[in-house]
Amino acid sequence: MDYLLTEEQVMVRDIARQIAEEKIRPVAARYDAEGIFPWDIVKIMAASDLCGIYIEEKYGGTGGGAMELVLATEELSKACGGISLAFAATALGTFPIILFGTEEQKRKYLPDIAKGKKLAAFALTEAGAGSDAGAIATTAELKGDHYVLNGTKQWITNGGEAEVYTVIASTNRAKGARGAAAFIVEKGMKGFEFGKKEDKMGIRASATRELVFTDCKIPKENILGKEGMGFIVAMKTFDQSRPGVAAQAVGIAQGALDLTVQYMKDRKQFGKSISSFQGLQFMLADMATEIEASRALVYACARMLDSGNTKVSKDSAMAKLFASDVAMKVTVDCVQLFGGYGYMRDYPIEKYMRDAKITQIYEGTNQIQRSIIANHLIKETASK
Amino acid sequence: MNIIVCIKQVPDTTNVRIDPETNTLVRSGVQSIVNPFDMYAIEEGVRLKEKFGGAVTIVTMGPPQAEEALREAISLGADEAVLISDRAFAGSDTWATSYTLSRAIQKIGKFDIIICGKQAIDGDTAQVGPGIAAFLDIPQITFVKKIEDIKDSFMRAERMTEEGYDIVESPLPCLITVVKEINEPRLPSLKGKLRAKKAEIRKLEAKDLDADPDSLGLKGSPTKVVKIFTPSPRKGGQILEGEAKDVCEKLVELLKTEIL
Amino acid sequence: MSIKVINEKCVGCKLCVKTCPFGAIEVVNKKAVIDLHRCTLCGACIESCKFDAIVLTKISPTDIPFPKKFDEYKGVWVFCEQKKGVVQSVAYELLGKGRELADTLGVELCGVLLGENMKEEAQKVIHRGVNKVYLVDSPALKHYQDEPYSKVLIQLIKEYKPEIVLCGASSIGRSLISRVAIGIHAGLTADCTGLDIDIKERLLLQTRPAFGGNIMATIICPNHRPQMSTVRHKVMKEAIENKHHKGKIIEKSYDANVYYSRTRLLDIVEEIEETVNLTEANVIVSGGRGIQNPENFRLIEDLAKALGGAVGASRAAVDSGWKTYSHQVGQTGKTVCPKIYIACGISGQIQHLVGMQSSEIIVAINKDPHAPIFTVATYGIVGDLFEVLPELTRKFKEVLKK
Repeated sequence: MDYLLTEEQVMVRDIARQIAEEKIRPVAARYDAEGIFPWDIVKIMAASDLCGIYIEEKYGGTGGGAMELVLATEELSKACGGISLAFAATALGTFPIILFGTEEQKRKYLPDIAKGKKLAAFALTEAGAGSDAGAIATTAELKGDHYVLNGTKQWITNGGEAEVYTVIASTNRAKGARGAAAFIVEKGMKGFEFGKKEDKMGIRASATRELVFTDCKIPKENILGKEGMGFIVAMKTFDQSRPGVAAQAVGIAQGALDLTVQYMKDRKQFGKSISSFQGLQFMLADMATEIEASRALVYACARMLDSGNTKVSKDSAMAKLFASDVAMKVTVDCVQLFGGYGYMRDYPIEKYMRDAKITQIYEGTNQIQRSIIANHLIKETASK
Repeated sequence: MNIIVCIKQVPDTTNVRIDPETNTLVRSGVQSIVNPFDMYAIEEGVRLKEKFGGAVTIVTMGPPQAEEALREAISLGADEAVLISDRAFAGSDTWATSYTLSRAIQKIGKFDIIICGKQAIDGDTAQVGPGIAAFLDIPQITFVKKIEDIKDSFMRAERMTEEGYDIVESPLPCLITVVKEINEPRLPSLKGKLRAKKAEIRKLEAKDLDADPDSLGLKGSPTKVVKIFTPSPRKGGQILEGEAKDVCEKLVELLKTEIL
Repeated sequence: MSIKVINEKCVGCKLCVKTCPFGAIEVVNKKAVIDLHRCTLCGACIESCKFDAIVLTKISPTDIPFPKKFDEYKGVWVFCEQKKGVVQSVAYELLGKGRELADTLGVELCGVLLGENMKEEAQKVIHRGVNKVYLVDSPALKHYQDEPYSKVLIQLIKEYKPEIVLCGASSIGRSLISRVAIGIHAGLTADCTGLDIDIKERLLLQTRPAFGGNIMATIICPNHRPQMSTVRHKVMKEAIENKHHKGKIIEKSYDANVYYSRTRLLDIVEEIEETVNLTEANVIVSGGRGIQNPENFRLIEDLAKALGGAVGASRAAVDSGWKTYSHQVGQTGKTVCPKIYIACGISGQIQHLVGMQSSEIIVAINKDPHAPIFTVATYGIVGDLFEVLPELTRKFKEVLKK
């Protein structure tokens, strides 16, 4: 399929592909087994100018947008959905600054992120506030020239490794969802600690930790936007980042499919390659078609975002929903097609299945995505 | 510091085609890559530039499509690129190639260091590097696995030998050939690729070099290929079957006279 | 670089003739004429000439007049590489082949030896069947350096005009002979696996692999002399030692200029490998991706130790960091031709095969029956190397103790 990419987008894709094949693939299994954070890969990505592909040139990036982010994330995820997160989750943590940051804040934080010197993370989820994000209990109290943060964030990707954190905290619990604000918190600030590294089913090369704020003082200039805007920041951020998660899912699915087709050509049963059995061929065809369809949704969404369109919630929800469901289905089928070998950890395919699952859960569960889509549909019809 | 890196675009394939008339390579129609050893040369050149300042000029002698290799080198950090291409160069053996490259380098101008990869994976001769040095009458250090230092127009380097390495010092300008141990080549950067796309490649033809036409190409090559053939393929032998214990016993039986 | 006499300025005073340490200048018809074959560009004549009639020119070596007839070129030479005062075995292998070639051509076989205190070694070379040894003995030549060695060899060749020069394709040989070939405008063919004579044309037929061994090419050098080839270690058979064989040692010495080196050798560092040097080994046990992790390489090492062999690795294993690059066998690693090569968990991609396919016996152990390695293996075992290797090690230890 010709995706009609620009020359520069092709370059981004090719570089990401080269890094995935030459640098990520050889270490993916080990980093997954041992839970190693891929700082070496981050360095390589930084050297290739990939870390800033969604950041404006004046802040040290290369001035691309959602499409470049999506292309790179997909290619990296083909080799490992966990390692690609160091990059993709940084984008998630950076969007609040890009969308709502003041000039000073952008100048302060974006260049290091663009150069790959620092990673970022986004912190909304808490033990009591998953899908019910409005129930966050982390508070931020204004005291003179600073805010004091108290509370615990849970399951934060890049937690502990990132230097820059965009945190959603409540400034006025009485107002519920309308009483939150977004803040920039830096690693090393007093009162900001990390919990243990979580032991996950998949994406094990990615670091997931609790963030613990105990009377953590941050300068009041670190607020993004205004008090009360917290959820708007979060929702707009997710609109931008959903194509990225979707791209990760597309990459995982494609990576799994590629390995499977190769395996099926080599594997012989009943005197021939199992790739010649029609029943299995049908499975391949279905998987390939679904992946292509999810890719089309993701790219369409990315292009829409890049054109400046801000009404993207429903579409990015669709992209995330569809791509992650496809990834789960495809990877399960791929394990099946590998037969007994698919179940063995010696073989790379079971990792793809373990990695795919999270894409249906984080950044808004697929149930929440469905709610978003349905609500928009109903609103659109109501306004006609 | 003016650094010149000589690279070669080579076929990346097990399928090679030979022109039956001239007994030389048919280069078009086969996927091409930058000779792997030259990637290390490019990386070393760029590292030297980053450390000492200056510029890296990539030079290649080849057909017009060799321009791709030059652009790839630019995406890795090289500054300038020169394509030496002319029908007159076709069929050059290592002597004629060394001659042509040395002439081109003289045309390009002053240099402090010339870096070449140890050998090209199509010819596998490792002759052109020292050949260029001989034509330019400059000292050489071959099989460099590490440049220890460059100071006061002298380079101190480790030259790989079968037993380990020699530490050799050479005045500049000099030529070095490099081995894989010397560094880990970087991947291209996005900014590099953008620069490579826009870069202007300088082109030199036979008439641009102060070259003796009798020393160029097939005519100027002392060695001539008279025959090309595919070697009789090595045949597979026997597969030993059975339980690990039995198989091992059989194998040991077969091999023990050879080992003793 | 070359040198010429400006005839308009030359008065035929013969001062340069007296000054030239190489006897390269004659005065013919009242003008100085420099024999470029003897001239080493030392520049002594330039300094001595009171009329500035001699100048160095930046002319390519191709301007050196070249004889069209090759009758003057006779003899097969072998450059006898020495390290630490000991002639290397590759030289003896070349002498073996060289004798064949010389006999076919009906000419002498000569060894060329450079070094310090090499008289005894020169005798050893004679015992290997040469008619003559050209010995250049000097402290300046104790260790190999590109410039002095190439200048000396160029001088010898220009003076004695051999028709064939053979040299080992070692790190010394390859650096040296490439430089020499330029200096004497000779054709050079590297890594020959076959050398024969076309007696009708009196040509050396040089056969060598290209494209990693996928193609063999036969090369000749019809219009230039000497015809030069390098040959890798262990390709030819060593010449038999005959302590009664007699030959002449011709000692040559040259001016300090010839021995002068712009590069300086500061130190020689030997890196002791825990096991046998890969390219010298008779037995190599190699591990690939199938080994799965660095700890499992122990199985390879155990077997190698039991067999007194060296440890090799495929590129996949080296890229994964399980073994250092010095162990890598293949297109971008080392080429080896041991007696026995045991490939464990190596699929046998062409890039690996080119590095080891000339091994005498290849044993392959792989759980995938379709692995390409089996197409070249003398003996193949389709099985789990984690079972096979320890068992093999155990059995070999048993058998070899006997």
